[in-house]
Amino acid sequence: MMAYIVRRLIYAIPILIGVNFITFVLFFMVNTPDDMARAQLGAKQTTPELIASWKAERGYDKPLFFNAEQPGLVKLSDTLFVEQSLKLFVFDFGKSDAGRDIASDIQERMWPSLAIALPTFAIGLITTITLALLIVLFRATVLDTTAMVIAVMIMSISGLFYIIAGQVLFSKILHWVPISGYEPGWASVKFLILPVLIGVFAGLGAGTRWYRSIFLEEINRDYVRTARAKGLSEISVLFKHVLRNGMLPILTGVVVVIPSLFMGSLIMESFFGIPGLGSYTIDAINAQDFAIVKAMVFFGAVLYIIGLILTDISYTIFDPRVRLS
Amino acid sequence: MFMLSVGLMAGCADQWNQPYTDEAVGSNTLFTAFSAPPKHLDPVRAYSSNEWQIISQILEPPLQYHYLKRPFTLEPLTLTEMPSVRYFNAEGEAVAQTAEDLAYSQFTLNLKPGIQFQPHPAFARDADGAFIYFPLAERQAAQLRSPFDLPELATRELTAADYAYAVKRMALRQNHSPVLDTMMNYIVGLREFSEQVSAERADQPREAFFDLRPYQIDGVEVVNDHQLRIRIEGVYPQFMYWLAMNFFAPVPWEVEQFYAQPGLVARNINFNTFPVGTGPFYLAENNPNLRMRLVRNPVFHEQFYPESGLAYNMPDTLLRDAGKRLPLLDEVVYTLEKESVPYWNKFLQGYYDASGVSSDSFDQAVQVSVSGELDLTGEMAEKGIQMRSGIEPTVFYLAFNMLDELVGGYSESQQKLRQAISIAVNYEEFISIFMNERGMAAQGPIPPGIFGHLEGEEGVNLYVHDWVNGEYQRKSIDTARALLAQAGYPNGLNPATGRPLQLHYDAVATGPDDRARMDWMRKQFEELGIELVIRSTDYNRFQDKVRKGDAQIFFWGWGADYPDPENFLFLLYGPNGSVATGGSGINSANYANPEFDRLFEQMRNMENSPERLAIIQEMLEIVRQDAAWVFGMHPRSLALYHSWYHNVWPNRLANNSVKYLSVDPELRLQKQAEWNRPVVWPLWLTALLILVLSIWAVSAYRARQQQRIQPQSSNTGGRNA
Repeated sequence: MMAYIVRRLIYAIPILIGVNFITFVLFFMVNTPDDMARAQLGAKQTTPELIASWKAERGYDKPLFFNAEQPGLVKLSDTLFVEQSLKLFVFDFGKSDAGRDIASDIQERMWPSLAIALPTFAIGLITTITLALLIVLFRATVLDTTAMVIAVMIMSISGLFYIIAGQVLFSKILHWVPISGYEPGWASVKFLILPVLIGVFAGLGAGTRWYRSIFLEEINRDYVRTARAKGLSEISVLFKHVLRNGMLPILTGVVVVIPSLFMGSLIMESFFGIPGLGSYTIDAINAQDFAIVKAMVFFGAVLYIIGLILTDISYTIFDPRVRLS
Repeated sequence: MFMLSVGLMAGCADQWNQPYTDEAVGSNTLFTAFSAPPKHLDPVRAYSSNEWQIISQILEPPLQYHYLKRPFTLEPLTLTEMPSVRYFNAEGEAVAQTAEDLAYSQFTLNLKPGIQFQPHPAFARDADGAFIYFPLAERQAAQLRSPFDLPELATRELTAADYAYAVKRMALRQNHSPVLDTMMNYIVGLREFSEQVSAERADQPREAFFDLRPYQIDGVEVVNDHQLRIRIEGVYPQFMYWLAMNFFAPVPWEVEQFYAQPGLVARNINFNTFPVGTGPFYLAENNPNLRMRLVRNPVFHEQFYPESGLAYNMPDTLLRDAGKRLPLLDEVVYTLEKESVPYWNKFLQGYYDASGVSSDSFDQAVQVSVSGELDLTGEMAEKGIQMRSGIEPTVFYLAFNMLDELVGGYSESQQKLRQAISIAVNYEEFISIFMNERGMAAQGPIPPGIFGHLEGEEGVNLYVHDWVNGEYQRKSIDTARALLAQAGYPNGLNPATGRPLQLHYDAVATGPDDRARMDWMRKQFEELGIELVIRSTDYNRFQDKVRKGDAQIFFWGWGADYPDPENFLFLLYGPNGSVATGGSGINSANYANPEFDRLFEQMRNMENSPERLAIIQEMLEIVRQDAAWVFGMHPRSLALYHSWYHNVWPNRLANNSVKYLSVDPELRLQKQAEWNRPVVWPLWLTALLILVLSIWAVSAYRARQQQRIQPQSSNTGGRNA
């Protein structure tokens, strides 16, 4: 397995270079270094001298991919792309264009994101799988049909509606939880209850429908019939046998997102005042802070690759027939 | 699980939705919010209002604006009296202000003795006088989240050298001060100094400490610990206003040296995140993504709430704390609220002491009378909420690119085309539709409260409005059509093409809300038969077009840096033209009228006087006739605050106003408890519902389990029934 993982990591290098290259092209198609300087320096009193010094200090006065003024290979190395990309591969994210240390920012903002994303993910997964199994238990009944109608209704409504409605109902009308805010440590619990509840609820419809269809496929298999024939209760059949065999397709979609939980949720964090990573990239794009944009795109790509590798590994755990080579 | 969590909270607190601790709410703390994290708190760079909102409570430039007096009045802050100004010729001989050989003005600043910087680890020294935390061990720095995690704090007295050091920092190109290029034109020797130190700084690592103390600026002289002299080229009375800005707040060199240590740089602990000053508060916590917390500076020098200065329309309650020592608050907690819905609801719950009014909540908060007066709704009044509003020293305008062949130019017909459009674009209607009456139609570039703005009949722009029955009345659309015909476009038709005249409006209109505004703008031009083509683009391209003079008509605005007409009229001064200056000028309309420019040069360095007022009126007449702008509007700020919050008075130029504010924490606690009692019965109902459902599900399951298998099996669903 180690050889497989190492090979996948080596494959990741050209992918990351490609991702970084595309980020550069897209960003500088929309923004020029002068625009970036103006965005950072403010609209008032921004002189050409000020812009020039800002660019020179951050290396934005260099050509993007090819420096015709330099000799030999330096034509390629003395460029914005090479200078800004190489450090990323040793996870040296450097400083944002506004002057903040990016690694320190990520480290600080990652935990609040996880505080909301992990419970939402875990509780959501357990709840949807349990609900899907219960619906399968009562399949082809009124309960099944009603549950599916409700699931479609939940899916059809925007997540933003649940957030605002949840804030109004549970905080403004019932006065049960704070409407927004955050405190580090255990004090964060009362601020996380509502966003986690909303996150779980908003995901119920799609998750339940998907898992139900997976379990319904399993329910007609021979091993299920055998289990029933042995006299096992329907609950034992579902929660022990069907669930274990249905996990493989579920893992495909679930494990890959686990590393991405670090990246946070933009809307959820904005509405609930959670100081996470969710808005970090969007704020950086709005502020034309390329240093953050490239770091976060790179970081996101790395996490996605890790997610894919973890998915492969998880297959071997849940299905002993699968071997990585 | 949700029920369980809520149930647990029920056992912990009386108000379950309280976002703070009871202890914090019961303390002398102001709770407020900010919508966007400030980028820079270093006074050398900070220029945005959300940045000054924080640092103005921490730092003290030499002067400040009187909190209550109107028009805006400067007064000493760290000085014993207002700076004295003397004038000299090139030989250094004293001359009169009006002397022809006048070469420079000398501002003398006398500091109050005994003013101390806030306690900070950068000042801490051991018994031998060596700094305790310089150098700081990497391991020790790695554990810090704030400089105040270090146990030893110390202070020292403010000296004139700290002010000089701030000017030297401004001169360093690497610090990117937005006012350096402006100040180079005024402070004697600043340009040469900047070139010298910036070149030397460039040879050093970016984060290393660059000690500016050995370098001297010709025009900045530290006479002694409490006296500073600044020499200004020629006459520039507006320099007094600059002395009230944070760019001139003192910077202690020890702090800069302390923050330059690598361990602190890597932890984002620097002057930009934890600025140090002599102000009423210090920044105890800075997480710009969550919360910023100001705490009373324990060594703040003596300052008292003003005992006089109320203008005619101000309530006497503003003097309830007259003569009390400042600051009146112990702490200020700024919480990041990016979305308006939670911000507004938390204000209504009493968890924020004050709030603005967004368009979403306007109808719930404010009612507009038939005459356009704003008043609180019954719901707000019942809660004891109060409202303050005031016209801001800001102007928004529709600019014509005067270099454009069609809408630019200075001929009579070109003037009449712009005058016709000025009448047709009905800003009273715009304010009513899009701003909920929060603004007033502008009669010229100078907003109310600034010298040169005249109220009533004297101030009317007779090319666009009439003065009828004591009110401004926009001229009729027929008048505009007549002007358009005289301009050569009868009924809006372009004689060259025989089709409606086509004009282009350049805008950043990418959001869904912009569509209505663009439709409205198109409709205004349609009234004249003109076809308006909207050229929507992103902000970068839009700015670029304006800088290069490629835009035809566009919407723009300006907020006062200081309360002087020069700060608005320079937006129309020819040499400041955007194209003429290669994009750096602030005259984005590229307006250049030689007579206007001559009068501007005459007026700009004058003291306020009847003569200056006469010149300004002459200038206004010229620009109104030329109609280089459609003078749009001056916005009205609107703030709501709770009954326990006192001394609120809008003063856009006095950024250091938090020290005057006070709260009644007991009343706040009482009201919060009253407004936020948890409604418990739905909890019991939900628990009961879950119980019933569970029992039903278990019974249904058991019933299904006990069903007998029938001989005929079904193929659907896989399970026999």
